[in-house]
Amino acid sequence: MEFFFEVLIGGLLSGVMYALVALGFVLIYKASGVFNFAQGAMVYLAALSVVGIMEWGAPLWLAVILAFAVMTAFGIGTEKFVLRKLVNQPPIALFMATIGLTFFIEGLAPMIFGSDPRALDIGIVDEPIPYILENWNMVISKFDLVAAGVASVLVATLALFFQYTRIGRALRAVADDHQAALSIGIPLQHIWAIVWGVAGFVALVAGMMWGARNGVQFALTFTALKALPVLILGGFTSVPGAIVGGLIIGASEKLAEIYIPPVMQDLFGGNFGGIEGWFPYVLALLFLLVRPEGLFGEKHIDRV
Amino acid sequence: MLYREAGQFKTSYAADQQLFPIRQDRIGLVLLLAVAFFGIPLFASEYWFSAILIPFLIFALAALGLNILTGYAGQLSLGTAAFMAVGAYAAYNFQLRVEGMPILVSFICAGLTAAGVGILFGLPSLRIKGFYLAVATLAAQFFIVWCLTKFPWLSNNSSSGVISAHNINILGYAFDTPRDKYLLVLAIVALMALAAKNMVRSSTGRAWMAVRDMDVAASVIGIRLMHTKLLAFAVSSFYCGVAGALYAYCYLGSVEPDGFSLDMSFRILFMVIVGGVGSILGSFLGAGFILLLPIFLDITLPFVADLFGLPFSSATVSHIQIMVFGALIMFFLIVEPHGLARLWQIAKEKLRLWPFPH
Repeated sequence: MEFFFEVLIGGLLSGVMYALVALGFVLIYKASGVFNFAQGAMVYLAALSVVGIMEWGAPLWLAVILAFAVMTAFGIGTEKFVLRKLVNQPPIALFMATIGLTFFIEGLAPMIFGSDPRALDIGIVDEPIPYILENWNMVISKFDLVAAGVASVLVATLALFFQYTRIGRALRAVADDHQAALSIGIPLQHIWAIVWGVAGFVALVAGMMWGARNGVQFALTFTALKALPVLILGGFTSVPGAIVGGLIIGASEKLAEIYIPPVMQDLFGGNFGGIEGWFPYVLALLFLLVRPEGLFGEKHIDRV
Repeated sequence: MLYREAGQFKTSYAADQQLFPIRQDRIGLVLLLAVAFFGIPLFASEYWFSAILIPFLIFALAALGLNILTGYAGQLSLGTAAFMAVGAYAAYNFQLRVEGMPILVSFICAGLTAAGVGILFGLPSLRIKGFYLAVATLAAQFFIVWCLTKFPWLSNNSSSGVISAHNINILGYAFDTPRDKYLLVLAIVALMALAAKNMVRSSTGRAWMAVRDMDVAASVIGIRLMHTKLLAFAVSSFYCGVAGALYAYCYLGSVEPDGFSLDMSFRILFMVIVGGVGSILGSFLGAGFILLLPIFLDITLPFVADLFGLPFSSATVSHIQIMVFGALIMFFLIVEPHGLARLWQIAKEKLRLWPFPH
């Protein structure tokens, strides 16, 4: 039973990390209706630029600030040179454009900062917390807890930002209706630039967390892909959905990885590890059959 | 002067509805096929067959399959490579386990198996569309590749799921040189392209396009959504499955599940976007473009590097390749969303008036 809880908590904590990536998707989707496939690549770019700048001799805090500048510049550039030219195209064309953007980043980032895997040290060690280990005999990583804390702070900040600031209100207005927002004098392009900047910031946080945990390497983009089933579970337009979806995916994939392979081994023989790789997607797929709009998504009614 | 339909009168419905109504198109196509079937085998070297022509045809077939699904029926799929994998492994298993099955029959069975799997993963399309569907097809991509790696029966207990293709023998003639394989692939691809060209202008194809343009409206005018969408998934997967079987049997000879990666799915999607979404010709143009681009960059980048005195390592070259791919996709979507096929259309329009445009 303790083992079960240990796996469950480990899964929930890694789910928080997925939620961090998913948050970036939700932000851009909410504000501009673009499904930004490149968010995963942006996480990679952010992590890589932190590591790369530190390799050039900058201290961590400076590297983070510079990486933030890189991400913001990149986001604004994307908005200006790609998305603005694709206004009035069908959403699927925008989606494919962001796939192109993904490849662009995956080529650009390692070219500038180097492609060999590197460790990112942000001063938190990935070791079990002694207190919990002694009293409950469970291995809970200190690092995962910090990551969860960072994610909660980030989500709370974003929620407050959306709810109470002028820009946040403008963002919500744009998300509701571009035309109406324009007509009451909200500068659409500024808003989009801000959204891409914020998404870049979220990518930076997620990139640093993932990078510190698993090392900064190309596989980061695949981890980021896991945010997609999270989105499907939670609904594309919901910030709380991203969090809840992340928790569900994280917990269920870890539990599946532990408990399903032995059963299958009994049935078929052989080794069935690596279920983690597809379980979230299939879970999301099955979930879609029941609730196509996700847990917290808005119900969509089509009219001819 | 050369390309003009003036004087070509249609006197029957059959003549009016034929596949290529303009005589010059027919002549061009016959010439093209003649060159492909007789001209190229005479002159091309072994390298050309096995490194460029065969993969070109196979990827064109896969792109054609995806184009039927995405371009005509409007269902975005990111799992093309997985359906190819199903085809490759199905063909292998039919050859292995059914005594004396002709290879062409097992290719067809491979296509049918892929079609079945395609229908299974197409089921969610009845409830979801757009991005949601794209993510759902990712499930197919990861799940199928995992299955092929983990169930040893599928690869006849070989380590890490590698399969080696059998020899191809049709009616006592062994297709073992690259030239023979090229001709076999060419014949299959030509037939299937013809079938696709006919399919998309039949009532099936029109139903697909209606669903693509607006599925609610399509169902209002009496198109059965479930039937139409699943048929699109089945036909598309059939094409991908056959392409996968050819990929294993005529191109690589031995394949492993990880070879059919997400990257390959994206590559095929890029062929469709660059070539032209919703165009048979576009699938071929796109496949050629995406396959030749890396070769072109491999050759030209060192020159460019020398010119500016930059030290380009091979890693840098591959990074630049990825970047150029990405940039091209965005470029095409912005500048010419209908791809190379549209450029060809425009060229034909211009040619009709040439040399007296006024």
